[in-house]
Amino acid sequence: MAIRRIIKYAVLIILALFFLTPIYVMLITSVKPLSEVSLSEMWSLPSAIDFSSYSEAFTQLAPNMMNSLYLVIPATLLSAILGAMNGYVLSKWRFKGSEVIFTMILFGMFIPYQSILIPLIQFLNSINLYNSLGGLIFTHVVYGLPITTLMFRNFYANIPESMIEAAKVDGASFVKIFRLIILPLSITGFVVVAIWQFTNIWNEFLFAVTITNNNTQPVMVALQNLSGSQIVQWNVQMAGALLAALPTLLVYIFLGKYFVRGLLAGSVKG
Amino acid sequence: MKLTKDQLMAALFLAPSLLLIAIFVYGFIGWTGWVSVSNWNSLMPDMSFAGLKNYLYLFGDYRFQAGIRNTIFFTVLFILSVIVLGLSLAILLDQTKKGNAVFRNIFLFPMALSFVVTGVVWQWLLHPSTGFNRFLQVFGIQPKWYTDTNILAGFQWGSIEFGLPVAIIAVVIAAVWQMTGFSLAMYVAGLTGIDEELREAARIDGATEFQIYRKVILPMLTPITMSVIIIMAHISLKIFDLIYAMTGSGANFVTDVPGVYMFETTFRGNYYANGAAIAMIMLILVAVFIVPYLIHSRRGTS
Repeated sequence: MAIRRIIKYAVLIILALFFLTPIYVMLITSVKPLSEVSLSEMWSLPSAIDFSSYSEAFTQLAPNMMNSLYLVIPATLLSAILGAMNGYVLSKWRFKGSEVIFTMILFGMFIPYQSILIPLIQFLNSINLYNSLGGLIFTHVVYGLPITTLMFRNFYANIPESMIEAAKVDGASFVKIFRLIILPLSITGFVVVAIWQFTNIWNEFLFAVTITNNNTQPVMVALQNLSGSQIVQWNVQMAGALLAALPTLLVYIFLGKYFVRGLLAGSVKG
Repeated sequence: MKLTKDQLMAALFLAPSLLLIAIFVYGFIGWTGWVSVSNWNSLMPDMSFAGLKNYLYLFGDYRFQAGIRNTIFFTVLFILSVIVLGLSLAILLDQTKKGNAVFRNIFLFPMALSFVVTGVVWQWLLHPSTGFNRFLQVFGIQPKWYTDTNILAGFQWGSIEFGLPVAIIAVVIAAVWQMTGFSLAMYVAGLTGIDEELREAARIDGATEFQIYRKVILPMLTPITMSVIIIMAHISLKIFDLIYAMTGSGANFVTDVPGVYMFETTFRGNYYANGAAIAMIMLILVAVFIVPYLIHSRRGTS
């Protein structure tokens, strides 16, 4: 039995090392001085820690990180609030056809966004929101609705029906029940949804690359430009990748439990 | 029927979202469908009716056929690997209780990263002259990874050689690294949900650990496997960012996919009608998986 246990742990440790390899390479490369960045020395540790690639990557990416921040905060908040409203109606005030409506909303979560991209750009262009952060915020709110609605609906389904019934008997209205019973119980729900939306919108690329231009690009588009450029050194690319990934990595490290709950909620059944 | 004030408020809560979904999902899909049968293949919109011309063009197009081939092989390899690796890890973690929160976190963290970050890092790790090849050269192996233009077991099909494009394996490795956490989390949740008494009962009946997994636990995880297949299939059928950031369409389109083709032909080449047709084909491919799944799983919960 002891040998079996050792083998099991050995397999786990080897796989864990494999999973951490990209982080190792990103970290050591990003602190290497330019003279040590070469194809043959990818795996070797730097002789001295040099943060110059971070300052260069930061100079290039900082404006875009700010764009991402201005994008993510309103888009997350708005899509979460709308999702909570929908989830409340679709779980506690079901009506004839509400299941069909819910399924039709959910479909929007799975479509390839290429299939709405051309009309979307024509539309944003016609209301002067093309090439703007406002247009991208609007886009993420709309196409975030299915997942936020799903998460809140499943979350509210766990609130006992008897609580709602009792409040109704006491004469509480639809809005009052939402405000006084549902919302105070929604804090975990909001945390899960907010973390999920924050991560997804921060990491999103297709909408970002088609809807924004130089001044309004979020960080992932800027990172892609940085890595696609022939003149940018490899250590700067790695520093840039780490910087761009840092916000969502930090969220995962500190609030991973909620992130995993969001991940599981995305598989429709709840 | 007269609406009560509560029902009216409920309708008002739902109305903005329903309106947005109706226009921006269903309306825009219809609009894209219309563009896909138009003659709009230049900067100036031209919505005159073209019939199925754009679709017929694509079916005969080398790049589109290559993209479909790559998508098929990518999807199959990706889903298989994610399931086998995720399930194996979940079972290993199920058996080694000590320290498994640490391991779980290590296998899950790539899920929090962007496909763009993954692409940037893995294009270096699987670079033919550095990365993992530095170790492999000790054994005398030097795979060309995503720069390999060979098609394995290929035969002529349409205008392309149909077979496994070797270059796609590099992209599969990066995608598996990123997405295994999803199937792992699903299987871990599934295993936690299985009653310990059930295993105990099987043990008393004289079943070995291996038999318990094969005969009792695996069948109970089938619905989870179905969900993982569907979710991974829709991600892989519409994949764009990972390929765009890691390899691009590649020499001879060995790593091209419809998502990248659609983006480039529409927004770099201004072939809007062709791009719309690609998008509609992608939508149909995804819908074939998703619609039955949605109907099935909704029926189960209501």
